[in-house]
Amino acid sequence: MNRISRRFEALRQAGRKALIPYITAGDPHPDQTVPLLHTLVAAGADLIELGVPFSDPMADGPVIQKACERALAQGMSLRQVLDLAHTFRQTDLETPLVLMGYLNPIESMGFEAFVAGAKDAGVDGVLTVDLPAEEASELANLLIDHDIDPIFLLAPTSSTERIRRTAKLARGYLYYVSLKGVTGSAALNVAEVAEKLTMIRACTDLPLGVGFGIKDPPTAAAIAQVADAVVVGSALVSRIAELAQNQQKMHAELAALTNSMRIAMDTTS
Amino acid sequence: MQSTVNFSQFPDQDGHFGRYGGRFVAETLMEALHELNEAWQECRNDPDFLAEFEADLARYVGRPTPLYHAERWSRQLGGAQIYLKREDLNHTGAHKINNTVGQGLLAKRMGKTRLIAETGAGQHGVASATIAARLGMECMVYMGAEDIQRQAINVYRMRMLGATVQPVTSGSRTLKDALNEALRDWVANVDNTFYMIGTVAGPHPYPLMVREFQAVIGREAREQMLTEQGGLPDALVACVGGGSNAIGLFHPFLNDDKVAIYGVEAAGSGIDTGRHAATLCAGRPGVLHGNRTYLLNDENGQITETHSVSAGLDYPGVGPEHAWLKDLGRAQYVAVTDEEALRAFHDLTRIEGIIPALESSHALAYVTKLAPTLRPDQKIVVNLSGRGDKDIYTVAALDGIQL
Ligand SMILES: Cc1ncc(COP(=O)(O)O)c(C=O)c1O
Repeated sequence: MNRISRRFEALRQAGRKALIPYITAGDPHPDQTVPLLHTLVAAGADLIELGVPFSDPMADGPVIQKACERALAQGMSLRQVLDLAHTFRQTDLETPLVLMGYLNPIESMGFEAFVAGAKDAGVDGVLTVDLPAEEASELANLLIDHDIDPIFLLAPTSSTERIRRTAKLARGYLYYVSLKGVTGSAALNVAEVAEKLTMIRACTDLPLGVGFGIKDPPTAAAIAQVADAVVVGSALVSRIAELAQNQQKMHAELAALTNSMRIAMDTTS
Repeated sequence: MQSTVNFSQFPDQDGHFGRYGGRFVAETLMEALHELNEAWQECRNDPDFLAEFEADLARYVGRPTPLYHAERWSRQLGGAQIYLKREDLNHTGAHKINNTVGQGLLAKRMGKTRLIAETGAGQHGVASATIAARLGMECMVYMGAEDIQRQAINVYRMRMLGATVQPVTSGSRTLKDALNEALRDWVANVDNTFYMIGTVAGPHPYPLMVREFQAVIGREAREQMLTEQGGLPDALVACVGGGSNAIGLFHPFLNDDKVAIYGVEAAGSGIDTGRHAATLCAGRPGVLHGNRTYLLNDENGQITETHSVSAGLDYPGVGPEHAWLKDLGRAQYVAVTDEEALRAFHDLTRIEGIIPALESSHALAYVTKLAPTLRPDQKIVVNLSGRGDKDIYTVAALDGIQL
């Protein structure tokens, strides 16, 4: 059992749901990434998704696009993201860390070199946004061989057949995209999400996370009622953008937002 | 090696040309691509659809386009006979309309009411806006903020045609970013929206579908060579941005082993300056915009900015079928600089009285190198993919003239 399954199992026994914050590595500055990760964990994060910046993030809305641009302007690369993950792992041995990004930087590094580097850095899962199940078997199997979970997206449009096919390759958890749109889009419909999750549960025993469009504690709490994990990205990243000049305040506000979601999720479930 | 490949059997059913192509998109787009592929597979074998497509090409676009023997230019170059496939004579002035007529009919069949498109030079945007006007559909064209500045005339044309031109300010603010933005729109509006990609790139089935719509160029040219000139050409030449005019000309000839094939990329200020868009000549394989192909990217896999005097070739990727043809050795890919393209632009204008698009001028520039190496009884077909009216401001500015 790796860190991700251990964490979900522990949460299940405690009757709680996972809170998964997302931030982009290197935003606002590479020196800030590891301290921000520790802040998120201290504020109640159960897992962390760490974004690998890419020049062409086609599934992301403006908030995360700009975060990628800021990080790339600081010279952030996949190699450096692995180094940051490694540094984080020196002081946090428990919190599962999932890299989230696009295929080309991985392809450019080479699958073997990437998977070995990720293993070495203490990475627990890899979500490659533009790698659907049809194209994923080579990378997914390599990850699985190294006990790293390939994490996959499911969408409101995914058919039962696609859900089954994706679930077969997936490990760790499945990430359900709550709406038709890009990251940071407007409101999601909790009832529709619940309905789709029921359909997905009929196809898999993996824990189900929900993300895209979760911005505030009430929504996080409502989603926690129906899912196993709540992913929050753009809401945090937009705070980082606003407060980049004031590190202390940035950490305080990120902690406060994360913690308020944690409390809302725990009190309703 | 090449005689063992039957080119008409590619791509495979998941859109692969060897290791290239495929569908590399977020899960949020996969069902939309399946729906599109099913509709397309149905239409491509439906005689009614094909008849409607052909009738539109004849009566709306003005096909077949002539194959013109550029006798004076051939004589001056002192080698092979040069034949221009006159895509510049199409309605809206380029080959792009062949594809938008086809995708427009498909969109109508699928019951979509809104068209979206990306554009660089604005030619595909104009061709999309034209078809949207004709079909009475809403049209949104994504265009990099940089390109909007460079291509003011086409922006105005699109607006007159009723399209909304949406400036894209993310990334490098050019064609690749416009494509990202169009994909984002599509994800959010899949129910009523049809995404018209303007070249043989993107996820499957686009590289196949756009090739089939553009292959009318090569089918006509092949037939015209056989009936009007008594035999197949010795060589084909076309410019390659995303690669749609090139694959349109090349594809019907791929199984003709004796026909040499040259794709011409934009070397910009010169490949060694780093300011170019010569993806196949100077790039390496990677994944962008839904397919695996050659890309211009840095050592970390970040897509790099490109440069070409012609906005239509200014793209860091290339259609996956070209990547495959390059690796197989069935086509050669070469590059010419801005300066060489401009010289060919002026040459054709002065010698034949035809003002070519700057994109097409890249193909012409390579012809000026190739023709003298061949005998006068040999024949080259070059795709004159578009006319140069849209480029006269750029050319005048480079000549130091303010219009
Ligand atoms: C006249 C003309 N030729 C060529 C191109 C390049 O596209 P492709 O390589 O897909 O033919 C363009 C694109 O705008 C164009 O306008």
